[in-house]
Amino acid sequence: MNEILEGIRQAVELIVTLNPEIVEITTRTLYISLSATLIASLISVPIGGLIHFRSFKGKRTLINIIQTLFSIPTVLVGLLVFLLISKQGIFGSYNLLFTPGGMIIGQTVLIMPIIIGFTISALSGVKKHINDLAISLGASEFQTIYTIMREAKYALLAAIILGFGRAISEVGVAMLLGGNIRGFTRVITTTISLETSKGNVALSIALGIILLAIALIINLILNRFQEK
Amino acid sequence: MDRVTIAGIIIIAVLVIGIGIYAYQGSIGGPQDKVLMVATTTSLEDTGLLKDLEAAFEKKYPSVDLRIVSGGSGIALEYGKKGDADIILVHDKTREEQFVKDGYGTKRIPFAYNYFWIVGPKNDPAGIKGLNATEAFKKIADDGGKNPSQVKFVSRGDNSGTNSREIKIWNQSGLNYNGTVKNATWYIESGKGMGDTLIIANEKQSYTLSDSGTFLAFQGNVTLVPLITQGKSLLNVYSTIPVNPEKVKGVNIDMANKFAEFLVSKEGQDIIANYGKQKYGQPLFTALYGQPEPT
Repeated sequence: MNEILEGIRQAVELIVTLNPEIVEITTRTLYISLSATLIASLISVPIGGLIHFRSFKGKRTLINIIQTLFSIPTVLVGLLVFLLISKQGIFGSYNLLFTPGGMIIGQTVLIMPIIIGFTISALSGVKKHINDLAISLGASEFQTIYTIMREAKYALLAAIILGFGRAISEVGVAMLLGGNIRGFTRVITTTISLETSKGNVALSIALGIILLAIALIINLILNRFQEK
Repeated sequence: MDRVTIAGIIIIAVLVIGIGIYAYQGSIGGPQDKVLMVATTTSLEDTGLLKDLEAAFEKKYPSVDLRIVSGGSGIALEYGKKGDADIILVHDKTREEQFVKDGYGTKRIPFAYNYFWIVGPKNDPAGIKGLNATEAFKKIADDGGKNPSQVKFVSRGDNSGTNSREIKIWNQSGLNYNGTVKNATWYIESGKGMGDTLIIANEKQSYTLSDSGTFLAFQGNVTLVPLITQGKSLLNVYSTIPVNPEKVKGVNIDMANKFAEFLVSKEGQDIIANYGKQKYGQPLFTALYGQPEPT
């Protein structure tokens, strides 16, 4: 118990004094996971929209597959992307393995199913009569889609934030694709894992607190939007 | 402006700033001729030695960006074969020689050594103190079979250099590793690095095989004690191997050679020879200073 309390005390000290290592790791973590979320959203929201607004054979199956991929193990995504961007992989010549760029790709792949899936749910949540109303008022297909997207904007934002939450808290992709290189690809989760194994509890707790604080902020934003 | 727009602006602003910072550091992909990828065994990283070597090397060649990926010797060799590392630092002579023989490495260059230690609980439930390594392993296996709740052994189980030495000792003890040892209830595979494995062995109050450097660096976190620290079969030699650009394409051989030269230079060897003296009361590694490796 003493170890935990002492760890927390040191952790608070590290955070309050803006320990350079902690600031650096937190900045990098935010940069990588936010970039992944942005890229994943730009791809996934339109894909989700496409799936929702088009009817085609096997749509139900496709949605089932996407929902299954919500829980794809992070290390599996890490492994697949590793094989693609390793020097001997198809994209080996881009030198992406063990770089922040490689980690962004991995996290993007990881959270795309979540954003696609929740985009579909968000759009399905929009009442059918809004669709009918838009059409009856003479909206083109594009205008109808735009209206429904607007209607569902808070639910869409929730989808994106959920994706971000998964990206920032995962460790498998970050470890396998980043390699946990000090000062280059070391992020919050991989540092916690490493420092704990080194018995350096204070730094781990400090980063844990920061990660929780980020989660809390995300949740507060999400709640405020959902109240509307 | 509604909240979504504001949130969007904030997210994009943070992203732009973030990308700015990273673009400034030139580190998203960046020119690769200045990047040296080093794959290392965990013991060199966990002890902190590599951090000091990195700092000194980067001071000498300020334009170089040394990037260190740490894993077991097995993984490090794989990274080398795939071209994901330019140079490797490992401690598994048999596989190193094979690596060079197969053409993946240009040359095996030993640069330091220490010993593997058999460490265990203070009360030494199997009574191995004073035995040699093979006798001790035999005793652990015998007593573990009789009393698995008291006598346990934690293995790295990760194909690392330490793991491969451990298996070698089991086989030298006249035990059938793949049959008797691997499936025994007293035998636990952690699948993790040396530091983690020491922590696990400590929790379970078990025996384990550790390189002396990592053990000394972790001594403050565990109650385990070194029980057997000497003997030919426990010798632990660290080598570096630049990856051969003729076999593996895309290797930064110039920088790899410079780093290898630096490791065996007086400057590099001094850092190795003195590392840990202050913090742990004794150096963690013995530098070779151009002498042939002990056998």
